[in-house]
Amino acid sequence: MSISFLLLIVAIIGVAGYLIGSWRANALAGGKLSSLHSRPGYYGSYVAVWSMLPAVVVLLVWIVASPIYISSTVRAGFPEEVKATSQAEQNLGYNMISAIARGLRVLAPEEREAIFKDGSTARTVLAGKGVPLAADPAPYMLTSADSLNRMSQASSTFLAIVVVLTALAGAVFSYRVIAPKFRARNRVEGVMLVGLIAASSIAILTTVGIVASMLTEAVHFFNRVPAWEFFFGTVWDPRFAAAGSTDSSGQFGLIPLLAGTLYIGFVAMLVAVPVGLFAAIYMSEYASRHVRSVAKPLLEVLAGIPTIVYGFFALVTVGPFLRDLSAQLSGLVTGDYSNFIQAQSVLTAGFVMGIMLIPYVSSLSDDIITAVPRALRDGSLGLGATRSETIKRVILPAALPGIVGALLMTASRAVGETMIVVLAAGVAARIQINPFEPMTTVTVKIVSQLTGDLEFTSPQTLVAFALGITLFVITLCLNIYALYIVRKYREQYE
Amino acid sequence: MSQVSTSPSMAALGATAKPERRDIGLRGRYAAERRFRLYGMAAIAFGLVFLFLLLFSVVSKGYTAFQQSMITIPVEFSEQIIDKDNERATNPQKLVSANYPVVARNALAKVLGVSEDDRQGLRAINGMISDSVRTQLRDLVTADPSIIGTTRTVSFLAHGDLDSAFKGQIDLSVAENNRKISDKQIGWMNQLAESGALAKHFNTGIFVNGASSRPEAAGVGVAAVGSLYMMLIVLVLALPIGVAASIYLEEFAPKNRFTDLIEVNINNLAAVPSIVYGLLGLAVFVNFAGFPRSASLVGGLVLTLMTLPTIIIATRSALKAVPPSIRAAALGLGASKMQTVFHHVLPLAMPGILTGTIIGLAHALGETAPLLLIGMVAFVADIPSTPLEPATALPVQIYMWANEAERAFVERTSGAIIILLIFLILMNVGAILLRRRFERRW
Repeated sequence: MSISFLLLIVAIIGVAGYLIGSWRANALAGGKLSSLHSRPGYYGSYVAVWSMLPAVVVLLVWIVASPIYISSTVRAGFPEEVKATSQAEQNLGYNMISAIARGLRVLAPEEREAIFKDGSTARTVLAGKGVPLAADPAPYMLTSADSLNRMSQASSTFLAIVVVLTALAGAVFSYRVIAPKFRARNRVEGVMLVGLIAASSIAILTTVGIVASMLTEAVHFFNRVPAWEFFFGTVWDPRFAAAGSTDSSGQFGLIPLLAGTLYIGFVAMLVAVPVGLFAAIYMSEYASRHVRSVAKPLLEVLAGIPTIVYGFFALVTVGPFLRDLSAQLSGLVTGDYSNFIQAQSVLTAGFVMGIMLIPYVSSLSDDIITAVPRALRDGSLGLGATRSETIKRVILPAALPGIVGALLMTASRAVGETMIVVLAAGVAARIQINPFEPMTTVTVKIVSQLTGDLEFTSPQTLVAFALGITLFVITLCLNIYALYIVRKYREQYE
Repeated sequence: MSQVSTSPSMAALGATAKPERRDIGLRGRYAAERRFRLYGMAAIAFGLVFLFLLLFSVVSKGYTAFQQSMITIPVEFSEQIIDKDNERATNPQKLVSANYPVVARNALAKVLGVSEDDRQGLRAINGMISDSVRTQLRDLVTADPSIIGTTRTVSFLAHGDLDSAFKGQIDLSVAENNRKISDKQIGWMNQLAESGALAKHFNTGIFVNGASSRPEAAGVGVAAVGSLYMMLIVLVLALPIGVAASIYLEEFAPKNRFTDLIEVNINNLAAVPSIVYGLLGLAVFVNFAGFPRSASLVGGLVLTLMTLPTIIIATRSALKAVPPSIRAAALGLGASKMQTVFHHVLPLAMPGILTGTIIGLAHALGETAPLLLIGMVAFVADIPSTPLEPATALPVQIYMWANEAERAFVERTSGAIIILLIFLILMNVGAILLRRRFERRW
């Protein structure tokens, strides 16, 4: 019996419980609803909660626990000489057994007989059923697979019985509790409140999940490669992870990637900060209502365009344009039409990323500038300052902490941006200062280390998690620092 | 002060007596004012110019992707080629593995008047027909074997290079050896176009086909279905969880360390780079929980976690906007706190919540980086029927095509971007309309 079918049965019991509970409450009230503590629906919900919640909990626990139990029982049944081998080899064997078990389930009885008589045919027969095996199975594997199948069969039957019984027991128990004085609403609302708290804890769980998952994988990585070689190494050359080999001959230096990330982010900020700030100032201080109502949403469209589109724009339009432009320029000056800007370069990626960041800077700063009280403006204008003087001498200083905070948040976006740099920055990890040459970033390397076939044991894969936790920490620090600045230096008007 | 009060009268004296004024640099200050203003306008113009450049570059490269060159000619399903020894009754594999491209090639050669012995000519003709003709003719024949030996008029895709040439995207001034299509093929192309056999049709393939290494047969069908699954998962999970979390934080949470912790967490999660969510998904959902790689289920879960902070923040501000008098009135009439929230506050906040949700979904739809990490960069040719099967997503398909070298893929990529942008525009317009229609000011 499949899990979804089981869930359906539980849901049906729940709905039935709701109807019966409401009906029972109505019957008890005998036409005089005010004699009930809660409205009839709450009694129904109480029964429904009791019939579904425990059953679902049992179901979840079983789903998690039963494969663990089955696997340990099957492993305990391994022959002695297999048990003597290393853990990794036993894992391999177990994976093969579960593959065989999957295959055995789809075989016809006579085919099964044949396989058990002659194990050497197993591989070809199973491959015909779409279950490829890496090698010919050892004899013990077939019996183990068979017992695995029998156990999971038994487990799912038991599960169905237990879950349905739990649901029915819950329904019966809660049905018997129903009485006019019973405070059903308070109970149901209590359950709802727990649900709300659980939902809001997901935010914490996600953070914990991010930190824990990346830390554990990063620790595996640091067991292979010393941490100081990662954080202070100046050469990035991970080599290819040859299948099966676990030697860490590559070099994993973070510095070139970090340099590229910061350099490209810096170029992006060079574009985004002046443009965004001036746009925000014009929009909040000069623009007429009409201009503002058109220009502001249009600029914000830039923030709504997916970054992959910017990446494509950089790859096929901006990059080739800059390359050809540089070829023409150098042709005009030296007569040699060779381009000095590469199509993939720090400049291309940084420039396009800067365009992407304009709306972040402008809408954040716009809010902050608008929040500066009217009285400050009027005071300054009244003393004879021009508008631009008011902005430069009064409004911007008052808004400065907020603007710095906004810029830091924008910088954290620039550091974490992926798709533009993947397509436009290049993959060469090196340290140099020419913005016309390609450089690479932390995010590019995370993507390139994790696409393709993965082996969760090789440092070539695990390094992505070390890079990820570095990225996470950098952006987290930038954001926390931004909040801190905003809080500490905020001008208190009123 | 006296200076100021006398200046109007001095001005009234006229231009004959030069007024004596203190130079307070007004001219310079006004110039600075004008410059400053100009900078502001230039900044906005810069942003808008690049917005239009971006859209123009995508649309001008991509609008041709919605038309595809098709060759419509009578094709003779010659028994000689498909099933020479007449063994299709005994060997069903025969019809599947027959050499269909030759059938199409001969048909085209006949139309063009190329002799069947002219090997070079035949090879050139082969280069004008898409490889997808193999599956197309095979499906025709296996569906109805009786057409073998007859002649039917069939429309099939032209080769990607011929398609590009027919759309005028190949520079014919380049030396013949350096382009993908020869002068002879161009001549045939014009001949076919004149006779009406070669024509551009609306390209339905780009909407329904899956991945293909041949640009003319590639489409975003699989990617769109994958994206649809993921959006459904995000909607089903993120909306209830996000609303529940916001209700707790906004209406019930006492001010203590635990709720402070949740607040800080939500604000930080909103700023975490999306690629980090991909790492989380890979480590937790794929590696630890053992969900299948490349499945839209995993992608949906990752995007759910990523969208939650957006939805929570939008929902909280929508709940905040409901005036306290509503709550007070409901509580005063004897409703419990829970009833107040669910019967009165939540329905009033619903338009704001939905607007925030749609904008969150639009962000999730355009997100690429986390999906790359959980293995959705896969060559998937068949449309997935469940979220557990391998799929790609619209932005990932764009990424994969952007990495293809062939010229015709640039057109496809831009076409896919146009499709993606249209979806995003529809969602955002929907959100704006929703807000306009239902927004209440208190």
